[in-house]
Amino acid sequence: MNYILEGLVKAFQLLLRGDPETYSAIRVTVQVSTYSMLASLCLGLPLGFLLGYGTFPLKKMVRTLVDTLLSLPTVLIGLIVYAFVSYRGPLGEYGLLFTLPAIAIGQTILALPVVVALAATAVESLDQRLHTTLLTLGANPRQFLLSNLWEARFGLLAAGVAAYGRVLTEVGISMMVGGNIKWHTRTITTAVALETGKGQFGMGIALGLVLMAIALTVNLSLFFLRKRTRH
Amino acid sequence: MTRTKQVLAVALMFVAVTGFIAPAGAENQVLKMATTTSTDNTGLLDYLAPRFKQDTGVELQWVSVGTGKALELGRNCDVDVLLVHAPAAEKKFVEEGHGVDRRQVMYNDFVVIGPRTDPAQVRGLAVADAMKKMARDKAIFVSRGDDSGTNKKEIGLWKKAGIEGIDKEAWYVQTGQGMMATINVAAERNGYTLTDRGTYITYENNQKGNPPLVILVEGDPGLFNQYSVIPINPAKCPDTKFDLAKKYSDWMASEPIQQFIGDFKLLDKQLFIPNAK
Repeated sequence: MNYILEGLVKAFQLLLRGDPETYSAIRVTVQVSTYSMLASLCLGLPLGFLLGYGTFPLKKMVRTLVDTLLSLPTVLIGLIVYAFVSYRGPLGEYGLLFTLPAIAIGQTILALPVVVALAATAVESLDQRLHTTLLTLGANPRQFLLSNLWEARFGLLAAGVAAYGRVLTEVGISMMVGGNIKWHTRTITTAVALETGKGQFGMGIALGLVLMAIALTVNLSLFFLRKRTRH
Repeated sequence: MTRTKQVLAVALMFVAVTGFIAPAGAENQVLKMATTTSTDNTGLLDYLAPRFKQDTGVELQWVSVGTGKALELGRNCDVDVLLVHAPAAEKKFVEEGHGVDRRQVMYNDFVVIGPRTDPAQVRGLAVADAMKKMARDKAIFVSRGDDSGTNKKEIGLWKKAGIEGIDKEAWYVQTGQGMMATINVAAERNGYTLTDRGTYITYENNQKGNPPLVILVEGDPGLFNQYSVIPINPAKCPDTKFDLAKKYSDWMASEPIQQFIGDFKLLDKQLFIPNAK
């Protein structure tokens, strides 16, 4: 029992003293998850809109495919990205293995189906009269898209939060394509895995607490944003 | 409009944060190394890397994996240099042309550790006898099971002791993880394991000098553990930073750094013994 308490005490010491190793892992996590969230939102929101609003052949099949990809395991993504960015792989010339962009690519693949599927659902559940109104008011395609996304903003926020949750907590991709390199690609989750493996619970607990704090901060700021943008 | 501005402000904040924390100095020279978990877990590389940076200006980045995986990373040209300990596999690696100028830099030795109570009574035995006894008593033995240097050594020891087909035995536990993680599993299961001495001393240090697992078999000539540096062959991997890898290899073998490696101690015990020629 003692070592759990010791771990907790150590955790607060590490955080309050500004331990560089702990903060390096935090910085890396925030940085890489921001990249992957920006990428997956930029790609995912328009795609989600198309899937939710558009009509095209095989739409149902595409929808099923996207829903299936929701449960894509992180280790499989890690494996695929690894194979692609390894020097012998198709993207080998860019030397991406064991770098942050490699992790970001993997996490984007992880988050994209979540964003697309939930955004599509949000757009689908909009009042159908909105489309007619917008069209009769002479909205151009860009305005049409933006207005739709704006009206669906709460659903889209939920999509973002869900995707962020997966990105923040994944360990498979970061470990496999990031390599857990100290000061560079060691994220919170890979550090926790490593420290537990080494029997050092203090740093693991400290980082676990930080992970929870980040999740809380993101959710609180979105809650705030949501309140401010309510009509 | 104010709403849009707010959203924009939040977005800008994110960009600012990420821009601010983007790694500085991309022009730094970086050497990528694949190494074994023992050099990382003991803290040796944390001790060496700043000195290397200071002496040469080159930043050493490493991934710590088993030797088997490290060799694989070298074969795929994903790293520039290796620091590993599995002589037979290394020689094959060099013969196949993947690496050049393999250089021995230091050694430590393997030890068999187990519970203080020593249920299989192997304390002080020669390693082959100890292995036979553990197998006969079906004492819990925790193996790395990850094709690492230590794992290759352990498999070799079973073979030498004439014991085969233990892969699926209930008492033979394969973790597939690093050395320190494996020692921790052995401690949890009250079992035996084979480890390099450096990682064991680090473990002892983590346990504040009162570890549940103690050294039971040591000093057998069959337990010698040689570490080598192997730069990746530029003929096979045109983009490899051969000059930096060579610089690292020369640096590791240089007189002052050999001394520096010898000075690396935990609990007043030397972890690695330099032996570059």
